Amino acid sequence: MLDTLLLSRIQFATNISFHILFPTISIALAWFLVFFKVRYVQTNQPVWLRAYRFWVKIFALTFALGVVSGITMSFQFGTNWPGFMERIGNIAGPLLGYEVLTAFFMEATFLGVMLFGMKRVSPAVHTFSTIVVAIGTSISAFWILSLNSWMQTPVGYEIIDGVFYPKDWFAIIFNPSFGYRLSHMLLASGITASFLVAGISAYRLLKDDHKHAPKLTLKVALTVAVILTPLQAFVGDLHGLNTFEHQPQKVAAMEGVWETEKGAPLLLFAIPDEEARANHFELAIPNLASLILTHELDGEIKGLNEFKGEHPPVKPVFYGFRVMVGLGLLMILISVVARFTLFKTGELPRWQLKALVVMTFSGWIATLAGWYVTEIGRQPYMVQGLVKIEELVTQVPSEHVLYTLIGYICIYALLLAAYIKTLFYTADKSVEVEEYELNPPMRGEQHA
Amino acid sequence: MLSTEFLAQFYGALMALAILVYAILDGYDLGVGILLPPDNKEQADTMIASIGPFWDANETWLVLAVGLALIAFPLAHSVILQALYLPVALMLLGLILRGVAFDFRAKAKTKYQDAWDISFKLGSVITAFSQGFMLGLYVMSFDSSLESYAFAILSGIGVVSAYGLIGSAWLVMKTTDSLQAKAVAWCRKFNLVALLGVVAVSIINPLINDFVADKWFGDELSTLLLPVPFACIALFIYQDRLLANYKMQQSIGSSWKPFAITTLIFLLCFFGLLYSFYPYVVPNQLTIYESLADASALTFMMYGVVLVVPAIIGYTIFSYRVFWGKTEALSYY
Repeated sequence: MLDTLLLSRIQFATNISFHILFPTISIALAWFLVFFKVRYVQTNQPVWLRAYRFWVKIFALTFALGVVSGITMSFQFGTNWPGFMERIGNIAGPLLGYEVLTAFFMEATFLGVMLFGMKRVSPAVHTFSTIVVAIGTSISAFWILSLNSWMQTPVGYEIIDGVFYPKDWFAIIFNPSFGYRLSHMLLASGITASFLVAGISAYRLLKDDHKHAPKLTLKVALTVAVILTPLQAFVGDLHGLNTFEHQPQKVAAMEGVWETEKGAPLLLFAIPDEEARANHFELAIPNLASLILTHELDGEIKGLNEFKGEHPPVKPVFYGFRVMVGLGLLMILISVVARFTLFKTGELPRWQLKALVVMTFSGWIATLAGWYVTEIGRQPYMVQGLVKIEELVTQVPSEHVLYTLIGYICIYALLLAAYIKTLFYTADKSVEVEEYELNPPMRGEQHA
Repeated sequence: MLSTEFLAQFYGALMALAILVYAILDGYDLGVGILLPPDNKEQADTMIASIGPFWDANETWLVLAVGLALIAFPLAHSVILQALYLPVALMLLGLILRGVAFDFRAKAKTKYQDAWDISFKLGSVITAFSQGFMLGLYVMSFDSSLESYAFAILSGIGVVSAYGLIGSAWLVMKTTDSLQAKAVAWCRKFNLVALLGVVAVSIINPLINDFVADKWFGDELSTLLLPVPFACIALFIYQDRLLANYKMQQSIGSSWKPFAITTLIFLLCFFGLLYSFYPYVVPNQLTIYESLADASALTFMMYGVVLVVPAIIGYTIFSYRVFWGKTEALSYY
């Protein structure tokens, strides 16, 4: 029989996985919209407005899904993890509170003006609202990543009778892994959004959309992708080094290192076996893991056996890491090739457009894989090294959790299907729209 | 660091404010959802356009209220939410359905649009009902007897009609012509149902909770407060008379009155509940003082509250001013 703890964990994972999909897009898509809007204001070319209008629809839908799944999150703490707030509420509470106060209201209120107020406010106020929404989404990421990072690298607290009390808020907020995790996530969002924009734009071009807007958004998205993907590899590496310093057991699981060893190889592939405490079918590059993590060929990497009973389940962390890195490398390759082709020839051949359509949601998969690495990599702890998950779970009967879990899974599956379908349907509809429908082309202009 | 007594009262008051503002603001947009006509696409569009710019921010007040409970009164938060596990899940289902339906109904393929309209209406009803159901269980101190569930079901219906009332009052203010006439009729009907509901709760609550009876009929302060229920009833009657011979208006004119009256009714009812239970945050079990989180954490957050809440109120007013007036045909973006 599945117990309340396991079911609650699955339910939390389901909720957070579903939720994170939408902020991952909207954080950066909000800045894309700012860019489109500002370019329109600067150049007065209708094509920028058209790009804005197309993507603001998708933004609104994405944002709505993020809001409703986020509300679910705010109730989860109380319904399923009461111990979380009883034990670390004094630290988690204010961080979550600041997120609501400084981000949620601002985003939601100015979103109304941004979506529906174009005719009711001056262009400057509208642009301002668009910028405020973008700032709001980023502030929201700031606070929630601060809390998450604190759970990975807790500092600035004291524990009295098992309850955490804040001692130094600056240290708590800017805890050792925060900067790395925040940059990593913001870049992930940028990459996810740029592949989404590129994918949908490519889809429109494949459908023979001859308007200028999809060509333009494709170019913008690929330019962003070609800058951010290599940058992400660099930041990800720094983040890995930070994790190596603070959570060596997570890195050991990521690298599949069982025994502490000097000159550890980089495993391209393997099947970790937790019972045998060894890997099968290793495909390895000698010394590379040590070189990456310690910058020495024979640097020492602590193995999982030094953390028996304290380290995360190896398989999901190990595979998750490979999925993330593999996809990351593929995204670098594709964005470089496509942007270069665009630079050379001014357009993309059909096979490249098709590849971009396939990659539309690649950012989601890479981001989820990355989060699984870092979150499962924290197990069995809620707060690394201090509070175990099992100490915090609810007393609610397991069948109640089972009912709600089934309910969530059904509705999320439905919503995800509807979201993806609607995205492409919106693209289909825009293909049919004539170039001059929204704004008549100005005299002397061939096509906007 | 501030005293725990002050902090408990401060955060208690703030949480109460968040719940009240939530009930009024999300109350009207849930009410509009409850009233959505399944057979009139044009009117449904106008109704949804009237809440379009606001519903997101309205819902945020719920997040703030729950967040404040979580942050300031973590013990109460976990007791309440564990006791209400299934109704909370039901409410979330409703909120999810209507939140996404709002966007999907305008963007999905035509053949799915009716389904999303139904989801919007159904989600609104589920959300309102489960909120009322939870309120009922709360008033019954989470007792799990049959009477307590019966009361919770009544309370659920009560909240659905209360939201229907404020939703139709909103529509009287924001719409014109035939839709406005419809809204006036709805408003009058819900006004009556809500009146019955308020009277029922006001009688049952002190009968079942001794401490509530003590509060209202016990000490000296209470004689000063007895006019509250009568003022509330007077407002209901005034509203009924006002709507009985209502003259339709093409501009805002005085069409804001039903909404203002309903807001006052909400305010008085909420005050009545608040007074009944203060200082308990979990009825009969936990006071705001007993369940307060660490004072230093709450002091740290208070800087933010003092700085940011006025700003939130400020730009909320700004947004209502931007969209002041009768709703225009939905101009998407």
